[in-house]
This record gives sequence, structure tokens and C-alpha cells, in this order.
Amino acid sequence: MQYRSSLANVRGLGSAKTGTSHWWMQRITAVALIPLSFWLITFLNLSLHAAWQDTVAWLSVPLNTVCIVAWIVAVFYHAALGLQVVIEDYVAAEGAKIFAVWSVNLVFIFLALAALIAVFRILSIG
Amino acid sequence: MAEFTLPKNSTLIKGQTYKAADTATNIRKFEVYRWDPETAENPRIDVYEVDMDTCGPMVLDAILKIKNEIDSSLTFRRSCREGVCGSCAMNVNGKNTLVCTKAIDEYPDTIKIFPLPHMEVVKDLVPDMTHFYAQYASIKPWIETQTPAPSDTERLQSKEDREALDGLYECVLCACCSTSCPSYWWNGDRYLGPAVLLQAYRWLVDTRDENTGERLDELEDPFKLYRCHTIMNCTDTCPKGLNPAKAIAETKKLLVQRKLG
Repeated sequence: MQYRSSLANVRGLGSAKTGTSHWWMQRITAVALIPLSFWLITFLNLSLHAAWQDTVAWLSVPLNTVCIVAWIVAVFYHAALGLQVVIEDYVAAEGAKIFAVWSVNLVFIFLALAALIAVFRILSIG
Repeated sequence: MAEFTLPKNSTLIKGQTYKAADTATNIRKFEVYRWDPETAENPRIDVYEVDMDTCGPMVLDAILKIKNEIDSSLTFRRSCREGVCGSCAMNVNGKNTLVCTKAIDEYPDTIKIFPLPHMEVVKDLVPDMTHFYAQYASIKPWIETQTPAPSDTERLQSKEDREALDGLYECVLCACCSTSCPSYWWNGDRYLGPAVLLQAYRWLVDTRDENTGERLDELEDPFKLYRCHTIMNCTDTCPKGLNPAKAIAETKKLLVQRKLG
């Protein structure tokens, strides 16, 4: 038997007073990824067709280095933010939800670090 | 997990068919969701053949005719029969609407009438609105001020100030929009839903209200507000032609403005 009023249920633990930054960063990374993804197409084309040394030389141009790093940061950040929303939408059980959100964040942090280190290794070793 | 299938005791079964009189020539078929909490039976679909020569033009007219002349056990809500009270919100041919404002001629063939989606059913076409109304109460839908009311006049508003409420004040809280929203289906316990968020925005932009900041504080929550993913079912289904999705987007803009502006 439940004696809490329906208003008490609705008000629950109150407002988290967060969410705006999450929502806003999702938009910012999405917009940033539009030009960066066009840049990435050029890069992918080069890595598929040009010689290794030519690709590394192209990537060593400061603007291109910045672009690959920016793309990696933006894409993994965007993916983590987005997947968190999907999980919150569909996973109702509190424990499973927290576990899933943490796992997603850790996996994407790991992948982003791996990608960044790979870029720096390639550029420094050549 | 979100529920994607009906529980066993909610699976629909075939119900009775009520044939029209042999003399009727202009017949329309109505398939209506029926469920009686006092029996252990699953919900069923009853089929009613209605003689359109003796029936009014609106879907509500047909439902009233069924209740009055064919099957008095049919249960539903209705009051004003002109789209003002918001009582007769139902799902007709897959889309939520006020049945008093929808003409039968707007639908081809058989008309299928269900209660509002993903709500607990009290009986037949009557959903349990308790939680929805509590959500409405939670946004404090009344003016909140620090300044005492003027002693000899009402709190004044310019014509432009008043116009800011157009497209918001017309909402009759029928819940067509909220119950058409997948986010409200999956997370309705915490997500306020388009109807209540439109009402919340109505008080955010009321120039006489002095508690905008506190109202935004209350709304800023991953579940209360940010479950809206701009699916737009709300705007698509609103029988009053309002745009709850825009009201929610404007609320998000206010929150960004407060943070960064």
C-alpha cells in the first residue's frame, strides 16, 4: 500500500539543476563535427590512396594535426554524451543505468586516449 | 527496461459485434477498446455498426449514439463537445485527438477508438490522469510575485506582453500531446511531458510573474525537461493546433541564455 500523494511522487527528489551543459555540449560538438567530418573525408582518402610517408607528412602540417585531434575529441565526447541520453531513455533500473553510463564514459575516454596517443606516436616516429 | 510489448493481461481479444438495423443504408463501423476492471477478462475490441443517417457529424456524436442507443455500458469522458474542456481526448485511428472536434468524414472506412496511449486505464476509454494532473500542479501554474498587488488596479500587462501568451494559454490540458510522446511513454514518471512543459513555459513568459529564475531552477533536470528529444509528435497531434515542441525549445534556450548569456 502506498500512502504518498501523487504530488509527492512527481516532485520526488527534486530537480537535479543540471542538464543544460550536457545538452548544450551535445549541440556544440555536433556543429563542430560538420566541418571536421568533411576534413576527415580528405584524410581518409589520403590514407587509403597515398603513400605512408606522404600521409604522415600531410598530417604533420599543424592545421591538419589540430584537425585530427579536434575530430577525435569532438567525436568521442559527442558519442559519450549521446549514448548516455539513449541509456537514460531506455534503461529504467537505477543500478543498471548508472553502471551503463559509467561503462560508456570509461570506454570512450579509453578510446579517445588510445586514438590521441596513436596520432602522436605516428607523428613523432614518422 | 522500457516496455515494448503488452503485458499478457493487456493483450487485446476480439469482442462482440453490434449489427445495425436491416433498414439502415448509410453504415459506418466503429471498433472500440473495451475493458472492465471488475472482470478478469482481457481488454477486447467491440465492433459497432452505426447508422449515419441518424447520427451527428463528429466522432463524439457516434460514441454518444453508441452509448445511448446500442450499448449503455460504454464508458468515456466528455463534457463541452466543442474542444474547450479537453475531456474527450482519445486515440482515433492511431492519432490522439479530441473526438468532439473531429468529423467522422475525415476518416476512411472503419474508425478505431482507443484510450490515450500508455496510460493506466480506469475503464474502457477512460485513462487515469492522476499523475498527469500532479505533474501540472508541480510546476505551480499560478502567478508568483514578490511585489504586492496594486491596491486599486489589477497587475497590468501591455498588449505585446499579452501576445506572448498566444499559442500557450489555449492549451486545455487534454494530454493528447504528452501521451503521444515516446519519451513520456518510457519515462513519464519523471519526464514532465509536452503539455506540462508548455504550461510551465506559459508562466516563464508571463511578464507579471516574478519567479522566472526559480521556475527555471525547477525545470533544469535531465529527466523533467531534457527527455524531450524534439520528436515533434506533440505538435503533430495537438487538437488545438499548438506547438509544445517550440515551447520546450524556447525553455531550453532560456536555460542556455541564463548559463552563457
